[in-house]
Order: sequence, then C-alpha cells, then structure tokens
Amino acid sequence: MPHTEEDIQAMLERIGVNSIDELYSDVPQEVIFKEEYDIPSSMSEIELRKHFEDLGKKNRKLTVFAGGGVYDHYSPSTVAHLLQRSEFYTAYTPYQPEISQGTLQYIFEYQSIISELTGMEATNASMYDGATSTAEAVFMMVASAKKKNRVLLSDTLPERVINVVRTYSKYHGVEITVIAEKNGVTDFEAIKNELEKGDVAGVVVATPNKYGIIEDYSGYADEIHSKKGLFCIYADPSALAVLKTPAEWGADIACGDGQSLGMPLNFGGPYLGFISCVKGMLRKMPGRVVGVTKDADGKRAFVLTLQAREQHIRREKATSNICSNQSLMALYATIYVALMGKQGMKEINVRACDGAHYLYDALIATGKFQPAFPGEPFLKEFVVKTDMNIEELNKRLLENGIMGGLDLGDGRLQFAVTEKRTKEEIDNLISLIIA
Amino acid sequence: MKYYDKLIFELSRPGRKGYELPENNYGNDAFSALPADLLRKDNAELPEVSELDVVRHYTNLSNKNFGVDTGFYPLGSCTMKYNPKINEELSGLSEFTAIHPLQDEKSIQGALELYYNLQKALANIAGLYEFTLNPYAGAHGELTGLMVMRAYHLANGDSKRTKVIVPNSAHGTNPASAMVAGLEVVEVKSKPNGSIDVEDLKPLLDDTIAGIMMTNPNTLGMFETEIMEIAKLVHEAGGLLYYDGANLNPLLGKVRPGDMGFDIMHINLHKTFSTPHGGGGPGSGPVGVVEKLAKFLPNPKVKKNEDGTFSIISDDESLGSISSFLGNFGVMMRAYAYILTLGKENIRNVGPLATLNANYIKESLKDDYLLPIDGVCKHEFVFDGLKDKSTHVTTLNVAKRLLDYGFHAPTIYFPLLFHESMMIEPTETESRETLDEFIEVMHKIAKEAKENPEVVIEAPVTTLVRKLDETGAAKNPILTYRQYKKETEQA
Repeated sequence: MPHTEEDIQAMLERIGVNSIDELYSDVPQEVIFKEEYDIPSSMSEIELRKHFEDLGKKNRKLTVFAGGGVYDHYSPSTVAHLLQRSEFYTAYTPYQPEISQGTLQYIFEYQSIISELTGMEATNASMYDGATSTAEAVFMMVASAKKKNRVLLSDTLPERVINVVRTYSKYHGVEITVIAEKNGVTDFEAIKNELEKGDVAGVVVATPNKYGIIEDYSGYADEIHSKKGLFCIYADPSALAVLKTPAEWGADIACGDGQSLGMPLNFGGPYLGFISCVKGMLRKMPGRVVGVTKDADGKRAFVLTLQAREQHIRREKATSNICSNQSLMALYATIYVALMGKQGMKEINVRACDGAHYLYDALIATGKFQPAFPGEPFLKEFVVKTDMNIEELNKRLLENGIMGGLDLGDGRLQFAVTEKRTKEEIDNLISLIIA
Repeated sequence: MKYYDKLIFELSRPGRKGYELPENNYGNDAFSALPADLLRKDNAELPEVSELDVVRHYTNLSNKNFGVDTGFYPLGSCTMKYNPKINEELSGLSEFTAIHPLQDEKSIQGALELYYNLQKALANIAGLYEFTLNPYAGAHGELTGLMVMRAYHLANGDSKRTKVIVPNSAHGTNPASAMVAGLEVVEVKSKPNGSIDVEDLKPLLDDTIAGIMMTNPNTLGMFETEIMEIAKLVHEAGGLLYYDGANLNPLLGKVRPGDMGFDIMHINLHKTFSTPHGGGGPGSGPVGVVEKLAKFLPNPKVKKNEDGTFSIISDDESLGSISSFLGNFGVMMRAYAYILTLGKENIRNVGPLATLNANYIKESLKDDYLLPIDGVCKHEFVFDGLKDKSTHVTTLNVAKRLLDYGFHAPTIYFPLLFHESMMIEPTETESRETLDEFIEVMHKIAKEAKENPEVVIEAPVTTLVRKLDETGAAKNPILTYRQYKKETEQA
C-alpha cells in the first residue's frame, strides 16, 4: 500500500471529505468492527520465510510408490521456469483479446493437445479438477438427453470422482446408479440391463480404471447409443498418449484430471480438469472455449468464443455456473506436453509400464504377494493382495522415506510407478518389504 | 520487436526432442506385451520441438499479454491487486509442492497446520465460525454455499424451501450457481442506486424461500444501508443470508460479513487475498458459515486434535465432497502469506485505502463521465459512459482506447442496470501517481471523443492485433490446431 500521509490528505481534499472514516459514514455504526483481529502481527519477509520453512519441516518429501489418481511424474525444469513469467500469472481472464493473445493462444494450444490425446474434436479451456469435470460431463449428458435423468457410473471410476458426482447430482436432481464392479472391471451385463429400462441418459467408465486396469470397452458405444444414451470415458491424459482413446472406444465425451501431465503433487491442487467432446455436443459443453479468428488487418488471432452458452450471458439458464478455468495449469500442461512431445509422451508411458511390471513381478516373487486381478492388463498402477500387516508395512516404509502402496482394505495394496522411479529405488523398496 | 505469430505445432520437426530420460534398465519389455487392441492406433500429433524452441515460444507469447505487473488493471469486480513476489516463492517450496495428498497424516502436518491456520484466520476476518478451503473458485464457492443452505433446510425437514432470492443486479454466477444447486431463482428488484428494494423483498419472503444471495457493497459499489433490516426479515422468514465475497475488499479491516447477519459466504482468495489470477485461474473460493451450519461443510475437513496435531476427517452430516482433495492448496499458501504479511495491524488499511482510491478516481472524472448515482462509493463505482452523449462514442470505444494508452480496460456493460456501464475498481495497491495518470488519460479520451471521435472509435491502433472478428469465430468455431490445419489447407 503505497500512499504517504500527504497523498491521503490530498486525495481526501479532492473527494471533499475530511477523513477516510467519512467514506464509511453510510455504514451502520453497529457493524463497524472495532475489536482487534485474532491474527498474528505483521511479519517481515524474513519472519514469513522462517514461518513457512518451519511449517515445511513438518512435512516429509517421500519417494512415492502410490498413485490413486495423483502421479509423481517428472517435469522438466523449463516448465516451472516459464510459468513464472508474470505476464502470464498476473493476467486476468482474457476478456480484452487485443492485450491477451498470450493467454488465448496457449489455451488454444492446450485445447489442441487435449483433443489430440482424447481423439475428440473439441476441448474446453479447462475445469477445476477431474472429479468436477466428470460431474459437469454428467450434467452435459442429462442436458442432451430428452427427459432422461439417470446416469450410470461404473464402480471402477475413482472413488473420489464418484463421491463428487454424487454430491453435485444430489443437489441438481440427477439420479446416479453406481454399477458394481466384477473382479476389478466394469460389469457390462449389468449396464446392459439398466439400459433396457430406457431411462438412462449416459454411462461413465474409466481408462485406466481405479485399480490401474486397462479395461476393454468393445461394444459399449454401440450398446449405449442404440438405447439413445451417451458414453463418457474418464481418462488419464498422460496414459492416452499410448492407450486406446475415448474417441476410438466411441465415446461422446472424455473427461479427467490433468495432474498426470507433469504437474507437481501440490498436496492435491491446483491441478486441472479437462473435458472434450464430439463436435455435435459442443454447444452443451460447459466453460470457456478459445477459437481462431482474424483481426481487422487479416492477422490470425484468438478469442473466447461461443460465450452465449456461459453463465454471465445465460444466468440461471446456463448449462454450468463455471466462470473461470485453471488457466495457469493449462499452460503448465501445454508446456509440459510440448517439451515431452510426440515421442516423449509415449516413452514415459513405456518407462512407467516397464517399471510398474518390474515392481509387480518382484513383489510376486517375494512370495508374500498375490495378484489381486490375475491377467488384467495394467500400465503404471496395479493392486496386489497380501497377508502382511499393511499398516505396519507402510509405517516401516515411511520411516525409510517411502510412501508405500495405498491400503485398499481386505489385504489389498495398490502401487504406482512412474518414469521417475529408478530400478534401484524399486529394489530398495523390495528389500525393505522383505526385511 | 519482431511480430511473433507461430503456434507451437508450427515449430514442430519430425524427430526433434526437448527432453531426456535415463536409460531403461528394467529389462522386461512389459509395455510391448500389452494387448494391441487396448492401445491407440495412431500417435497423438503432439509438437516435436527443442527446449529452446519452447522457451522462446512461450516467452514470446508472454510478451503478448497484459498483467498486473505490466500496468494498471482497473477491472471492476475483479480486484486486480498486486501479487507479492515472496508469496510466489514460498508457495513453490518443495516441502509443500512435493507432497502427495494421500500421504500418511504424520508426514503432512505442516500442510494441515497451514490449512487450519488459514481457515481460522478467514473465520476471524469474516466474523463467521468455520471455513472450508476446498472450493476451487468463487463460483464453486457459491455452489458449495448454496448446497450448505439446502442441506440445512433438508436436515430440518424443510424440503419445500427451494427458492433463492437474487437481486437483478447480481453477478451472473449467482443465478447460475443456484440453478446448479437445484434452487429456483426469484429476482428481487434493485432501487435506482442498486440497493435491494426492501418493499419488493417483503412479499417474496414466504416458507418456500431457502435464502437470499447478496453482495455488499452491491455491484454499483454502494453499501446496502438497510442490510440489518434485510437480515432481520430474511431470518424471521426462516431463510439464510448468503454473502457473495466478490466485493469483500472494501470491507476488509472495517466490516465483517458475519456481523451484518450473513450466515454463509465465499471469499475469492484471488481477489481480496492477492493471489494471482493466473490468466483465469486457478483461484480459490473458501466458504465460511455460522456455527449451526458448520457440520454441513463439505468433506474432507481438517481438524485440530487435543494433542496439537492435525487430522483429515469426514463428517457424516456433511453435504458430501465437492473436490478431489483439499482444494487448490498452492493458492491457499499465497493467501496465508498475504495475511501474515498484513498482520492484524495493516489489514485495517486494506478496505479504507481501496475505498479512498475508488472515490478519488470517481470524483476526478465525474465531470467527463456520467455518474448515475452520486454519493460515496466503496471499492468500485460505475459510470454510464461519457457524459456528453452527442459524440456517439461508446463505452466499448473508450475501453479500447484505454488499451492504446497502456491501461487495461474497466469492466464494461456490467452491471446491466445501465446501457453504457463502465465499472472501475482501482484497489489499494495502486499509487496516487498511477491513479493520476489514469485520470489524465480518461480526460484525454473524453476530449478526443468531443474533438476527434474517429480516433476513439477506431481504437485500438497500437495493440498487436485489433478489432477481432468475434462473430466469425462463433459462427465457424475452430477450436484445435488439427481443425485449423484442415480448414486452411482446404481453403
């Protein structure tokens, strides 16, 4: 706050009042806060830094062998470096396109990249996270279906995604049916039975699913479309560089969490949610979208477009209330994917897959673990069963600076491996487990 | 400087690389063994570029942007205050950025303590009982807050309370959030000064009303002087008061929403608490409530244990979860740093100085621009275009001309109460010199409008691109590079 006492006096004079308090003379005295705030006294940078460092010491950076939707991928230092350009991070939403071409263009590049990964024709400028983007996808399906208000979720979607969709749907008035899994994969027969009832607006499944299994969705799109329903796939965008895409499975919508595109673990956020769809659903898609256009001199330029769908125009008739995007995280994902490129995005998946199978084979070889879902293909994440005391095991690993597998209950343990985990780290994990 | 107009895809050359991985020594070739029918057929057409290509490309793009660090950003309702650099650095500490949200509680005590401290500080600043920091943005906070409202009435067996009152001057997100939360919107009229018309409100207050959504000061920057009466009426009718925190800045250090009778509110950390807007996000929209509503706040929650440690808990009576984890933690770190820097002493000055700056601009410009409501404003105010209507120079023209002079435009054509709305919010972090420069330019534009209107109507002329064809973009939406390439090749 830069004003000197002299500034304030001169400004008050211009306004024609004697004190700043006079500017609050319209506020009832009874609501003016006169007590002292119950927050600490002002800190200098030196004190502030110390405070944060002290708090930081109460966290522990670990060698991560868990995923659960958040993966410890490596991000080249260039990404974080470029993200510190304050022309990017101190800008507002690009409502003045003439002086926001930087933001608008990277969003266009982001949309292009996500569309390449999902195989879909359109992608919006990003959503809050994977769970909320799925809730928005569910609403999109209901808004597109005529008089159908029920959506089926496979139980093999991440639990947190199902929970958020349930919350959104409960209040919005959409009926959700969760289809119980069968041996770790989606129960297609149960979905077919539900579709027969004729009231299903759409179906949501996951690739890879919550256990890391790459499910086979052959026949789903035809079956769902024949019952006039829509098909949505929740996907790991990093894995889509190698996995069969939502478009190839015949989906109408793809959604998911962008964290796997190199984003730091960030204790849960910020990440981003993405949502892509086929061209025909474009006008039902929530959120911001950037398109190409020309300026008065014929130069290529980028603008926010299709704004007629959005809340600030349609108010209570809008398809969604979202009025922001995770713009800076979209920039993060864009720069990350640009650096990794066509080959790199494939290579990290190959690496993670090889590493995950190396760990899997080593765990089975100890004789203490069995496959939880024998024969099911997986990429970077898998589940094993064990008679060991998981709590004790993970405690021991934590003491050694390792975040072990996620405890799924019933003696099931879920591990994830990214390209960041070396063979030595995996060997060390195994030796600690059998110790 | 040379005009730069490449897309990252246009720099691509087959085989070029911008990364390096260590040797693959797992020795198992597991990927090759995956069933081919589960893999994609064609490669994603992603860029193939070098590290230097990437650095130059995005540096060049950043030069095509205007941010708070570039210049004055008087965008009404958006509170574009300075984003202190120390906050950026502290939020990047790896002890926070490198922790996994599902780590054992013992290994994330620092992060949980920060969440708890910030939650407590916001509750005190807002005069409410408890906050959740999980919502990702202001609109997400609104949605969460309205879910709390509904959860409360449903828990009381009051299922017919399905309507929410929203002033017709409200931000567009208010009615949209109500719709998403399954509530029906009932509009209450505003008086000419933008305040809620209490006489119009009274007949709406029956037993179908869940509550009212308001902001104070209202969208015209005027304080709702009848707030205590409104609070009393709504509470007597069994409804709850929701406070849209978009306009909290002028009250910081002066008035607490809880003390005005509000039961639920959201705060935009990216406005009032100086976290960067990031080109549109990530933001953070914490939601605070009075004590009787605390149990309904979304899961997960952070609780302080008796031994001083912190835990993540789930509450059975909670409305459920609205986020994957505990929200945009990185944004919270910056807001927490900002609050500690201000401290209990300096927080007192935030609202008053923001209000001083707004009134200073208003009084300096009201001879040239039409001030529809005279009187003291708070952090922002609205002009209804130029005072001299004979020039046919519109608010849009003025806004674009400001770009030529190196300022960001104000918020325009909102609120909808006037035809030529121009909403100006300077914030407390701008110096008198900056305000004076802005005032001078605004006078100059008014003069140009009178003497040489073409100059203003043709604006902008100094920007990298000008007068974009927005209609064409919407008529034939080209949203990806693949589509762009296809259409330009066909043409």
